Amino acid sequence: MTDPVVSAMVFYALATFTLVAAGFVALSNNIVHSAFALFATLFGMAGLYAFLSADLLAIVQMLVYVGGISVLVLFAVMLTSGLDDSRHSNSTTRLAGGIAVLLAVAAAAFVAASAVPSGTESAITPMTALIGDALLGRFVLPFEVVSVVLLAALLGGVTLARGVKGGDR
Amino acid sequence: MTVGLPQYLVVSGVLLALGLFTIVTRKNAVAILMGVELVLNAGLLNLVAFSRFGGGLDGQVFALFGIVLAAAEAVVALAIVLQVVRAQRSVDASKASDLKE
Repeated sequence: MTDPVVSAMVFYALATFTLVAAGFVALSNNIVHSAFALFATLFGMAGLYAFLSADLLAIVQMLVYVGGISVLVLFAVMLTSGLDDSRHSNSTTRLAGGIAVLLAVAAAAFVAASAVPSGTESAITPMTALIGDALLGRFVLPFEVVSVVLLAALLGGVTLARGVKGGDR
Repeated sequence: MTVGLPQYLVVSGVLLALGLFTIVTRKNAVAILMGVELVLNAGLLNLVAFSRFGGGLDGQVFALFGIVLAAAEAVVALAIVLQVVRAQRSVDASKASDLKE
């Protein structure tokens, strides 16, 4: 196995990167910066998945989240925000309530995590073939349902984005 | 200093807290959607971490489904935001209180 000190350092580096980027998403005053910080957060999450020996999930995260969703979010940012004032385009409101939620949830997470036993780490194995077997075996019904959901989202996205013309429908 | 399940849960919890903070404090609807993505990622990280530390394969399969559903959610939500912006000339979520023009 790998050296525990080195692997811990890699983990803390990945976790710090992810959380700092997420902090930028939460706190930046510029929504374009927020969008690119979301990009970095999702990238760091892919690293954490790889570190958890979820190789297929890391690749899927890169393809779907980093390659798809964050580009979609960037498009939405560019299309919607009046970018003439992008430095103040992401104003905040209800800051006190937000800070209260932040502290409460983070404290609850620390308390809950400290009560969880450390667990035994399973051996690192290639996961892709096993996940493929599971998807077409035990999980074949959710797999098919998800395909219907994707079709519905595709049609719904096209219908919504095209818009309703006049009052004729 | 070995990395176990609690460390991953702390990372996930802080990510959840930052996502909720974003949802609560932002005015911009697209920024609120970014907060939703953070919350979803926190949940997925929990699934994968529990799968790694003694849970078997199921957590990873459900994380895969979660990613797919997050993609569908992002598509529909961003289409709705674009329509709201087209109708109301504003991306401020608190101003979008009308169902119809």
